Amino acid sequence: MATLTEAPPPLAPTAAEKKPPRKRGRWTPYWLLLPGLLWLLVFFALPMIYQASTSVQTGSLEEGYKVTWHFATYWDALSEYWPQFLRSVLYAASATVLCLVLGYPLAYLIAFRAGRWRNLIMILVIAPFFTSFLIRTLAWKTILADSGPVVGVLNTLHVLDVTSWLGWTAGDRVLATPLAVVCGLTYNFLPFMVLPLYTSLERIDGRLHEAAGDLYARPITTFRKVTFPLSMPGVVSGTLLTFIPAAGDYVNAELLGSTDTRMIGNVIQTQFLRVLDYPTAAALSFILMAAILFMVTFYIRRSGTEDLV
Amino acid sequence: MPFVNWFRRNLVVIAGLLTLGYLLLPNVVVTVFSFNKPKGRFNYQWQQFSTEAWKDPCGVAGMCGSLSLSLQIAFWATLGATVLGTMIAFALVRYRFRARGAVNSLIFLPMAMPEVVMAASLLTLFLNLGAQLGFWTVLIAHIMFCLSFVVTAVKARVMSMDPRLEQAAQDLYAGPAQTFLRVTLPIAAPGIAAGALLAFALSFDDFIITNFNAGSTVTFPMFVWGSAQRGTPVQINVIGTAMFLVAVLFVLTSMVISNRRNRQKA
Amino acid sequence: MKTTDNGSGDVRLSGISKTYGSFTAVHPLDLTVPQGSFFALLGASGCGKTTTLRMIAGLEEPSAGTVHLGDQDVTALPPYKRPVNTVFQSYALFPHLDIFENVAFGLRRRGIKSVKKQVEDMLELVQLGEQARKKPHQLSGGQQQRVAVARALINHPKVLLLDEPLGALDLKLRRQMQLELKRIQTEVGITFVHVTHDQEEAMTMADTVAVMNAGRVEQLGSPADLYENPQTTFVANFLGTSNLIEAEVDTKSGDDIVLKAGGGKLVLPEARCSAPTTAGGKVLVGVRPEKISLVHADAAGEIPENRNRITGRIAHSSFIGVSTQYVIDSQVCPEFEVYAQNIERDARLVPGADVVLHWSPAHTFGLDAAQDIDAGIQEEAAV
Repeated sequence: MATLTEAPPPLAPTAAEKKPPRKRGRWTPYWLLLPGLLWLLVFFALPMIYQASTSVQTGSLEEGYKVTWHFATYWDALSEYWPQFLRSVLYAASATVLCLVLGYPLAYLIAFRAGRWRNLIMILVIAPFFTSFLIRTLAWKTILADSGPVVGVLNTLHVLDVTSWLGWTAGDRVLATPLAVVCGLTYNFLPFMVLPLYTSLERIDGRLHEAAGDLYARPITTFRKVTFPLSMPGVVSGTLLTFIPAAGDYVNAELLGSTDTRMIGNVIQTQFLRVLDYPTAAALSFILMAAILFMVTFYIRRSGTEDLV
Repeated sequence: MPFVNWFRRNLVVIAGLLTLGYLLLPNVVVTVFSFNKPKGRFNYQWQQFSTEAWKDPCGVAGMCGSLSLSLQIAFWATLGATVLGTMIAFALVRYRFRARGAVNSLIFLPMAMPEVVMAASLLTLFLNLGAQLGFWTVLIAHIMFCLSFVVTAVKARVMSMDPRLEQAAQDLYAGPAQTFLRVTLPIAAPGIAAGALLAFALSFDDFIITNFNAGSTVTFPMFVWGSAQRGTPVQINVIGTAMFLVAVLFVLTSMVISNRRNRQKA
Repeated sequence: MKTTDNGSGDVRLSGISKTYGSFTAVHPLDLTVPQGSFFALLGASGCGKTTTLRMIAGLEEPSAGTVHLGDQDVTALPPYKRPVNTVFQSYALFPHLDIFENVAFGLRRRGIKSVKKQVEDMLELVQLGEQARKKPHQLSGGQQQRVAVARALINHPKVLLLDEPLGALDLKLRRQMQLELKRIQTEVGITFVHVTHDQEEAMTMADTVAVMNAGRVEQLGSPADLYENPQTTFVANFLGTSNLIEAEVDTKSGDDIVLKAGGGKLVLPEARCSAPTTAGGKVLVGVRPEKISLVHADAAGEIPENRNRITGRIAHSSFIGVSTQYVIDSQVCPEFEVYAQNIERDARLVPGADVVLHWSPAHTFGLDAAQDIDAGIQEEAAV
């Protein structure tokens, strides 16, 4: 279980990594690295190159494809599918914000308030991982069903009127609307937010809270000035671990959404597996990768987590 | 006023428990609906209580076959990723060598990449090589994306290990092989176990990468995906519930065992 | 003990206690810390001293009793509303803020806008003016300790609480910081309440020391008073070393009690005995190792008349520079410790030699024999 809580990726190399101890056996590290790195090179890096090459090919399934440096594919793909791109970013961002808002109290509860219930709650957060996420996503179809209690209550309270007006839902339905997709995304990636948050909260020395209280900070100020800033590493890795997979996801949009909620993942999947238009699919996939790498780099720079202890 | 005060003091607990409820609600629904007897092909609406599906969990064509296939793939993928990942982790922590930065990036990138991108590019490779899609392509893909997670888990553990322990072993007449087997490996074991467990869970539950690279092979997640179109048998919920229970029981027993061991030591 | 004219700034604990389930960390306790004094709570870990401190700080809610600061009852106030500040064990400096912001934290929380001058002055007081823009982890242990003090003192608390403030420092630095803290306390004149397990630290710094054991205050007084007149075996053993002898009350003559121990007689001034003395009753007689003189048995004739004396044989001796420490086997007490100044060393005083120990009755103290004779001995090793 430890790994899941240690999931935040190594964004910045730590001091210990910079200076590993010298050891005898000059070739040993290379032998240790070789098989695994070869695997990653052949089945992760090489495919990226193939994909880049495919994206600038033209031809047809029957006659085969040739590299013709046809960059227009990128332009065509973008101009046709920009709404799906935009939607992906929008849905993933909403889900990330929701995960942060919902996940923070839970992580805080586990780290500071759970006492002897801590392990049990931890198990309950992790355990759903072991039930197929497709089955759990299908359960949302039942929960959000048109005749179900959730929609009934929301209708009675006229919440759906407001969300419909905002364009999040349509009429009396929640299923097959953006709200359902965002709700599913939030649900699916919530543990990826809670675990890194918990890890960085748990590392905070409890005496720092006491020290802040002792120095005239009310509980809310203590949170704003001490707890939250110190949990920033968790916030950053949590948002990344949520946003990246959410932006590329097509399962929630397919199962809980409609044709109006298709995300870029749905388009790539359809182009690749049904339409079989490989150049367009490869171009879309490449754009998605570039966009995400760009956003992630920018985000890490901006949040300046390297500065934190 | 006392109630308001109590509420304010426990606001974060209430909010946290609500989130926990949100997280567990689908599992409750899955469990409840495993006792349903739906009309028609889809199991989305409650009809009446029945234990039929529990009595005949493999009564749906192809489902248990896909389950066993998923378990096999998960087993081999875990084995492969754990061995390769542990080797990389040791090299990273214990040795100094050229191109560390490049190696670190190569391990970090698969975790920072949307699955659909990896899935699509891997499929491009297989198509270009004319590989037959099926068990082997799925296994190759699973080892690939589990590898980085194993490296991260093992690295964390090995990094927190005191290098003086190994020096002490060598001081006490243990050769390099003995030191590794009797000291290094036992201490790194919890990290390796955690990495393996994570790899198993990731592989067993993977859908997107498998969907692209499985060809006509059907793993359990793909069976569920297909049934979402064709009709969802109650047995899916039975399997889902059983998996949840097995996971919770597994974690609980391992916790009880480690608790007891700690108490014996103390 | 210093006393103030109206006691407006005293810390008063009345009947304060703390229980966790069936475990009582602090038994009902009455304690007054006079304004402006340097007060130490001394005891081994788990004796309730830190819990007592945290109840003053408001970090722990007392199970019963009240805390007063001057005339104000602060028992129900949360820590952020109390005019009390704490120097935490291992400091609890905010790792994400620099030194300046750490020190300014309390001022800013109280809505004070222009903090620059005050913070700079305070950093000057603790000699850290140059380090203002560094992060805590860039400073050494001693510097971090001074930041912690500055961060608390800048708020001009009525009371400064120090929870094992020097525990994380090495011995030499600890000595230095003891003097430094004492200087700062004299300079600012704020009441300091200091929790420590180090008896030397408590005696060096504090005006008044309260020795705590198992949730109770065993004895309270000035360091010299506690050392010379311990009233329990715990205090006698925890503060320094004591030789304790079981003795029987024989007769009383004037202000003195005559006791029988082994074959000989010992004299104890009645005023220095905290136990009831009835003829035939048991008493523990104590004497500090450095009060004892040691002569070879052959020279026993030179000992003046009115001294307490015991005969024995040297079991071990160890030379430690300023003094030589002897362990003596005798009939009345199996391991009698004697510290002799190295002025004129008698070459005959080697292990195996027969010796006579003698000391002035005025240095003898009497304790209740119903106590554990070894109480407080293990804990002393922590220094």
